[in-house]
Amino acid sequence: MLSVIYAMLFYVATAVLVVGVGMKIRRYARTPAPLKIPTTPAPTTAWGVVLRMFREVVFFESLFKANKWIWLFGWTFHMGMWLVLIRHVRYFVFDIPWWLSFVQPFGVYAGFAMLAGLLGLWARRVLVERIRYITNPSDHLMLALLVLIVASGLMMKFVAHTDIIAVKAFMLGLMRLRIETLPSDPVLLVHLTSVAALMIVFPISKLLHAPGVFFSPTRNQIDNPREKRHLAPWAAKLEG
Amino acid sequence: MADGDDLPKLDDPLDIPCLKPGAMEGLEPYIAAPEHQAKLGFPGELVPDWKERALAKMAELAEKDRAFQVYLDACVKCGACTDKCHYFLGTGDPKNMPVARQDLLRSVYRRYFTFAGKHFPKLVGARDLTEEVLHEWYSYYHQCSECRRCSVFCPYGIDTAEITMAAREILDSVGMGQKYSNEIIGKVKEIGNNLGLQPKALQATLEDLEEDIEDETGVSVRIPLDEKGADILLVTPSADFFAEPHIDGLIGYAKVFHEAGVSWTLSSYASEAANFGLFIGSYENMREIALRIRKAAQDLGVKRIIFGECGHAWRVAYSFLNTLAGPWDFLDPNYPVPQHILEFTWNEIQKGTLKFDKSKNDHIRLTYHDSCNVARASRMGDKPGGQFEIPRNVIKAVCNHYYDMPDDTIREKTLCCGGGGGLLTDDLMELRKKGASPRMTALQQVTEDHGVTHMAAICAICKTQFSKVMPAFGYEMDSIVSVHQLVSNAIILTGQDTDDEEDDAGGEE
Repeated sequence: MLSVIYAMLFYVATAVLVVGVGMKIRRYARTPAPLKIPTTPAPTTAWGVVLRMFREVVFFESLFKANKWIWLFGWTFHMGMWLVLIRHVRYFVFDIPWWLSFVQPFGVYAGFAMLAGLLGLWARRVLVERIRYITNPSDHLMLALLVLIVASGLMMKFVAHTDIIAVKAFMLGLMRLRIETLPSDPVLLVHLTSVAALMIVFPISKLLHAPGVFFSPTRNQIDNPREKRHLAPWAAKLEG
Repeated sequence: MADGDDLPKLDDPLDIPCLKPGAMEGLEPYIAAPEHQAKLGFPGELVPDWKERALAKMAELAEKDRAFQVYLDACVKCGACTDKCHYFLGTGDPKNMPVARQDLLRSVYRRYFTFAGKHFPKLVGARDLTEEVLHEWYSYYHQCSECRRCSVFCPYGIDTAEITMAAREILDSVGMGQKYSNEIIGKVKEIGNNLGLQPKALQATLEDLEEDIEDETGVSVRIPLDEKGADILLVTPSADFFAEPHIDGLIGYAKVFHEAGVSWTLSSYASEAANFGLFIGSYENMREIALRIRKAAQDLGVKRIIFGECGHAWRVAYSFLNTLAGPWDFLDPNYPVPQHILEFTWNEIQKGTLKFDKSKNDHIRLTYHDSCNVARASRMGDKPGGQFEIPRNVIKAVCNHYYDMPDDTIREKTLCCGGGGGLLTDDLMELRKKGASPRMTALQQVTEDHGVTHMAAICAICKTQFSKVMPAFGYEMDSIVSVHQLVSNAIILTGQDTDDEEDDAGGEE
């Protein structure tokens, strides 16, 4: 029964995540940017824009310029998250390739890095007057949810082990539309429930910053307005 | 109105103030009269169905402008921008923090257009659109100069200027336009420039200037108006025709063109580089104004277009002119369209066509204020960052004493003058002075460290704003100078009677 509930939960969560974010991306992609508004100095070539975007999403270049503390906590959290996500791939593939075995130990430390980053960001939200002012309840909830995910994950590694072979079998089963038995450890259930919750709120929350950054005209436009005429379809109609 | 007594005393230009909630609450610039609104195609006063219309406009913006939607969705409230706005630094009002300014509109967008806001408004800070909210928008979206400093620091590139423009567009669409900007846009549409200066008056002004130059230098330097067949159309802010120190810049352009030996003309039909359509976020109005330049270029049969010193005008020219009024296939393809006067002058300096006596500027020690729209929304020359280097190169070519202000207050991180984006009006003087205080503090630092006496700028709004607010910070009104004023001081025209030669001649007699 528990396995069925969680199987359904994950099917729904995945569908909401994929369809919801997909619809948002489609909207962003279809909405024109009527004017050239890159924040200058900006790259003058498409490759330059790719590099700028790379620096933005990998190094958080603008955030680094803005505030070293937010950068430190935010970057630590996000990079830790990527490593942890990669580490989790092992629950979704049958044979583990060498690189996946290689990242396993780093992935564990990355969990602590995530936690440290999250707690740092949360502390700023409470302690820094300016950030406290702009914080909504949902911002605290999002941090709580992420901390819950990370903490429950770390607990399974260091405090209350779960049967990860069974978890893997369950996940592999889901991918083949079969429902295997999921261990009923409470920590595992907390972990999985909070992950599913995160997936469900993704398309309706500020987590949209992840796809959003790629569609930001101030970051993704080429600085070449004199050389190449830029015209939105609706604006072209004005020319009649 | 504050006369500067309560200006914040900053130790550092970027000192972060404690939050003073409500400090600038209720500040509203004069509202546009029905006749001003009508000329722009907006309702004359608040329409009875303002709420429906405002929400419809918001939906339309989300359809037409990706930035609007992405920027309202993507903010994670990280706080990176919170200490970046000069109006926040100068007033301490938390609603002048960029993210908080965006939230004034985001909260309404969420309430009506997002799942979370419709069903859990309290949780995500969503709120109903009320008449109070409308007035809050009117107040705080006229406390943003659309300078884009915050967009440099946002990890998603969220540009508050885009949100401010959208908000002003919504306000215009329900009949709450701002008098200053909308009245001016009406004048450009009717007469051709922000001042409402008629062609005859303009002609007379330019002739007077020609006489002044000849009296001063002994050389006949022309400032042509409406001359068909000229190679270059110069489009410059109309402030260059009458205001100080702008007019000295215009004399500088004329001298440079004269020495370069090119034929050029101004146009009475397009006698304005400024385009306040940008400030109110109105594509249609911005386009209509830009098309005047196209018509002037075609009517006069010019080959090139060059813009004078004006910040937002250069943004519209460099970044938008091709979009709004292009394609420019009838102009000479060997030159970028448009060019900045500094690109032209720097090119001539490199070619060696201009002769200077730098000592003519020895009585002043200079720094340079990067104007926001030039710095963060345009370029000069071939390479990114040319907008920082070319003005400095020209200044250094004509002046001996040049010192930059602190690094985090110049170039892409430059601080706004405090009067841009449609705020250059007396009814916002208190805000203008407070908003200028970070820049003025940076200036005071180079005055202390290097004895800087003057600041150069290449924006008509910056120049007017500084000449008004500098006295409140212990500087003379004329401590702000045009870059081409410095060029004009130093340039030696061919055949010019210089003081030195006169002295020499006197000695020989």
